[in-house]
Amino acid sequence: MLAYIFKRILATVPVMGVVALFVFLMLRLSPGDPAAVIAGDYATTEDIARIRENLGLNDPIVVQFTKWVGQLLQGDLGISIFTNLPVTTLIAQRLEPTLLLTLTTILFTVAVAIPLGVLAAWKQGSLIDRGVMLFSVAGFSIPVFVLGYILIYVLAIQLKVLPVQGYKSPFTDGLWPFLRHIALPTITLSVIYIALIARMTRASVMEVLQEDYVRTARAKGQSEFKVLMKHALRNAAVPIVTVIGLGIALLIGGVVVTESVYNIPGLGRLVLDAVLKRDYPIIQGLILLFSFVYILINLLIDLAYTIFDPRIRY
Amino acid sequence: MASDANPVDFSESADTTLSSRKDVSLASIMWRHPSVFWGGLLLVVMVIIAVIGPLFTVDPVALNPIKRLKPPSAEFWFGTDFLGRDVLARVVHGARVSLVVGLAVAVIAVVLGLVIGLVSGYLRWLDAIMMRVMDGLMAIPGILLAIALISLSGATLVTVIVAIVIPEIPRVVRLVRSVVLSVREEPYVEAAIAAGTRLVPILWRHILPNTIAPLIVQATYICGSAMLTEAILGFLGAGIPPEIPSWGNIMSEGRTYFQLTPWIIFYPGIALALTVLAVNTVGDGLRDTLDPRIARKM
Repeated sequence: MLAYIFKRILATVPVMGVVALFVFLMLRLSPGDPAAVIAGDYATTEDIARIRENLGLNDPIVVQFTKWVGQLLQGDLGISIFTNLPVTTLIAQRLEPTLLLTLTTILFTVAVAIPLGVLAAWKQGSLIDRGVMLFSVAGFSIPVFVLGYILIYVLAIQLKVLPVQGYKSPFTDGLWPFLRHIALPTITLSVIYIALIARMTRASVMEVLQEDYVRTARAKGQSEFKVLMKHALRNAAVPIVTVIGLGIALLIGGVVVTESVYNIPGLGRLVLDAVLKRDYPIIQGLILLFSFVYILINLLIDLAYTIFDPRIRY
Repeated sequence: MASDANPVDFSESADTTLSSRKDVSLASIMWRHPSVFWGGLLLVVMVIIAVIGPLFTVDPVALNPIKRLKPPSAEFWFGTDFLGRDVLARVVHGARVSLVVGLAVAVIAVVLGLVIGLVSGYLRWLDAIMMRVMDGLMAIPGILLAIALISLSGATLVTVIVAIVIPEIPRVVRLVRSVVLSVREEPYVEAAIAAGTRLVPILWRHILPNTIAPLIVQATYICGSAMLTEAILGFLGAGIPPEIPSWGNIMSEGRTYFQLTPWIIFYPGIALALTVLAVNTVGDGLRDTLDPRIARKM
């Protein structure tokens, strides 16, 4: 098993290499002079020269790549063109809201989607089941920001039960203001994720419920709740957890939009501001960071199976 | 699929209908899945609106400074925006952009993914490299990748389409590859190789037909998600240039006045959600009919 774990960790190296190479080439292969594109329409020749120097565009491309990867391995994501601060510093400043929003969203999603999925699989074809399926199709069809504005309109503007926008830190502003401000963004971001996971839970629990050991459990008089939780859900867990991991990709895209709608000063807003100012080192650094997190989470989930699920042996 | 050759294999078709499994005509799909009928109808209506609707509306970019931010009325069914432009006319024109982007992304992503998937599924030496590239591409969040590509190459309809296509390709490649890998072991492919058939005819005549059903299904999902991504890009101000009335752009401009005039966001939002819902419903129906193996799983 140790050999497998080692091999699995090693397998992420080429994937991360591809991500880095892609992000690197994206700037160099874009049409026109990238320094001029980044500098914008009103830049002077000196501005362009400074940006070219900053991005190291004067060196041969192989030298550029080796240098850049060397910096990355030391945790250096470069210097922001607009603020002249290290990208890692800017990321650290904006990390908290994004991290907490993602965490509340994952918790809320798991708490809602898994019971819904189990219920739908248990009462297959019932009103609950149809409701869950309808919700999951609708969840994939409604744009995140439209949903956000509907929630703001109903709950914040009409009913006035929650604040419209903004972010309050639980560490400096207290837990209650934090929860009140994070509630709507969490629900907004959760919907598509709940749709995905409820659907997957329903499908895999439904499959397990047809197994012989479930019939045996029922035959020996096990309560229906225990059959569902102990026999069905636990055995259906692998595909569900896999989808929770893969769904992180949806979540990352959604974070950018949700932070924009609710005016949350997180990493998503950092990206959008960087796009408007064409601050490429920030965009590049955040793409690398998000991809790295995605690969890491899916690696951990994979490894968790081999450790916690005795049926999986390599 | 391959098991069609075996007449006693009812495992996949037993619970569908008594009619022949090969009966995948449009009418039979709609009969078995009423939701496909309604989704299809909605989609047809949207396409008609997009094609001929603009002939019946006023100019979507005509300014009318006196009648700014007016609520929906008999004159302006969807109200007016902050420059006094007719929101109905803009939403109708926006349908064109959304449908063109959805269709173009679906077709291009499927064609490119098909070629890469066929070739790399068949040539083992290429496969290892291609799959690492696809894994890497899949790890990059699609929306961020699209935003970065557009900010580097300038926002036009074409760059937006390209930027949405690139993150969609890996999914198609993986799908095609998985079909190729299973079909490659079939006796009829071995027979074709033994008979001295060259690579291209093998891919074209013996392997390609097996990928069509799952690809049609995948294409509908890509179409739906591309329309959502296009709207998100427009909404974030990183999409199609603001002069073109796309649904994303209309909603982006409506943000500032949201508390005053929420309908500017709601009308294009509802139009977009309904269109994507229609596309996804049709996709689900096609999946259930064309690809019963996946259908049983979901």
